[in-house]
Amino acid sequence: MSTLEIKDLKVSVETEDGPKEILKGVTLTIGDNETHAIMGPNGSGKSTLAYSIAGHPKYTITGGSVTLDGEDLLGMTVDERARAGLFLAMQYPVEVPGVSVANFLRTAKTAIDGEAPKLRHWVKDVNSALEKMDLDPSFSQRSVNEGFSGGEKKRHEMAQLALLDPKVAILDETDSGLDIDALKIVSEGINSFRGGEDKGVLLITHYTRILRYVKPDHVHVFVDGRVAESGGPELAEELEANGYDRFTKAAV
Amino acid sequence: MTVTESTLDSIKDSLELEKVESHLHPEGSFLVEDHVVPTGREEIWRFTPLGRLKGLHQDVAFADGACKVEVEAADGVTVTTVAPDDAVRGSSGLVPTDRVSARAWASVSGATVVRIPTDTVVEGATIVRHHGTGTETPGAGHAVIVAEKFSKSTVVLAFDGSAVVADNIEIVVEDGAELTVVSLQDWADDAVHLSTQHANVGRDATLKHVSVSFGGDVVRHDLSAEYSGPGGSVEALGLYFADAGQHIEHRLFVDHTAPKTKSHVVYKGALQGDGAHTVWIGNVLIRKVAEGIETYEENRNLVLTDGCQADSVPNLEIETGEIEGAGHASATGRFDDEQLFYLRSRGIPDAEARRLVVHGFFYDLIRKIDVPELEAKLTETVEVELSKNISALTGNTQNGAPTA
Repeated sequence: MSTLEIKDLKVSVETEDGPKEILKGVTLTIGDNETHAIMGPNGSGKSTLAYSIAGHPKYTITGGSVTLDGEDLLGMTVDERARAGLFLAMQYPVEVPGVSVANFLRTAKTAIDGEAPKLRHWVKDVNSALEKMDLDPSFSQRSVNEGFSGGEKKRHEMAQLALLDPKVAILDETDSGLDIDALKIVSEGINSFRGGEDKGVLLITHYTRILRYVKPDHVHVFVDGRVAESGGPELAEELEANGYDRFTKAAV
Repeated sequence: MTVTESTLDSIKDSLELEKVESHLHPEGSFLVEDHVVPTGREEIWRFTPLGRLKGLHQDVAFADGACKVEVEAADGVTVTTVAPDDAVRGSSGLVPTDRVSARAWASVSGATVVRIPTDTVVEGATIVRHHGTGTETPGAGHAVIVAEKFSKSTVVLAFDGSAVVADNIEIVVEDGAELTVVSLQDWADDAVHLSTQHANVGRDATLKHVSVSFGGDVVRHDLSAEYSGPGGSVEALGLYFADAGQHIEHRLFVDHTAPKTKSHVVYKGALQGDGAHTVWIGNVLIRKVAEGIETYEENRNLVLTDGCQADSVPNLEIETGEIEGAGHASATGRFDDEQLFYLRSRGIPDAEARRLVVHGFFYDLIRKIDVPELEAKLTETVEVELSKNISALTGNTQNGAPTA
């Protein structure tokens, strides 16, 4: 079982003119084996939602709750949230010079599982996860995200998703900046993950393009810090045809 | 003026170095009395805690035996001791530019000479170990490393134990030679070490100079390099880790005295604990004759805890614009919040994430040092340094904001 429950979440950030509210009460439940797509225009707060659930220090939670299988995520540190089963694929994965991908993956896997992975299987698992993302095995000797192309960074995120095998994955604009081949590879990664048992996916995207490869169960339109409308896959089709105008105008 | 005359003039121009008025390269002198006792207000002494130098900058007497020296010479390399009046002393062009260096020059009872014969490609490193025997009596040292033409080798000068030492190290890299020199300071906490190191790099010769400083109360190393022909290249790498109360200072001066020469300097340091102080001065002079040269200097400091101070001053003086490139960078900062967030979002606990980042910070450099005999030792020492202060590294708050 894995249920991510977001209730009336309110989040603000510090700005020069004092705190600014970005999320104004978000309520969403991602149940077992569900894929939810969140779509919205730039600046609507989609990324803030992703980063504040993961615990980025820049964001201050001012109200509401987030639980994973009933456990209070907001009371946990960043790494505790990950160990509880949350994974955030970032839009701009961070470079960590001098730390090899192999070392990084092994350290993360050890932290998540509470014990070091068995060496023999682990090397095989890493190589196979990289290969599925069309990344050469030599990739594991490179520094984390350093000098990676945009596409390589995203495929590296998906390889981590496969290896760390969380309960719920939040994918923040994982499709942005990808060419069509890379988009297909990344989509396969997402589909392979959600083919597992009791997995939830929150897919944040600006474009409908990825939804041709990753079929969502629910689509939410996100405008001005809240969910403006929810529906099925047909909502994405409407957005494809008409854009966000109907929602942004309503919000003003 | 005839053509021949103007050609002669231009040849003369390119051979004779013009005198440049600049504080970057003071005129030196072998006479101790030419160097007054510093007060601490001088540009070259303003960062150094003179009160902790045990009189090295004043008149304290030197004696033999401050360090026990052990030599592991690689095959093909000769290591000898010569008398102070041997002509090899000064063959790098070193002229003391401060009182400590001049006093050490005048006081030594002998000099260690490491010589790599012409055309010899040496397997493995030659290691000269200096074990400090105590801080009661200061010692003066002198070493000359001569890499003869087209030789290729690595020489490590290693220092440990307790001692108060002032020394002059000369490095001569003859035409076409490739030399790596590592100066490894792993002193005990009470050691004081002031070292003046000067390199002369020949035509198409390559010097990699590596300075690694971990222990010691005060460690100050002044490295200067000049070129005796075009095409020479200097790579200077530095790694240092200052703990509470420790002063580690590196002053570099690359004097581009010949055309088409290169210099690349990267020094990285970490500081932890109250009163940890590091100083990095990166001076580069590009002389008029030094057309087509390339230089880059970089210093990065990672401040791990409160109460530390990192001074970092790059200086570039350019007498000709006809160059390939010249630049420098200096950055001193705490942990990058985004790096820590990324690692922790993968389940890696805060302390472990910080350790990974510091390892990565240094590992980048350790890889470049590329002396297999040292790599494991350096990584291990970084680990030991980190474990000393791991409690300061584990501080974190509920939302993951770093407190260090």
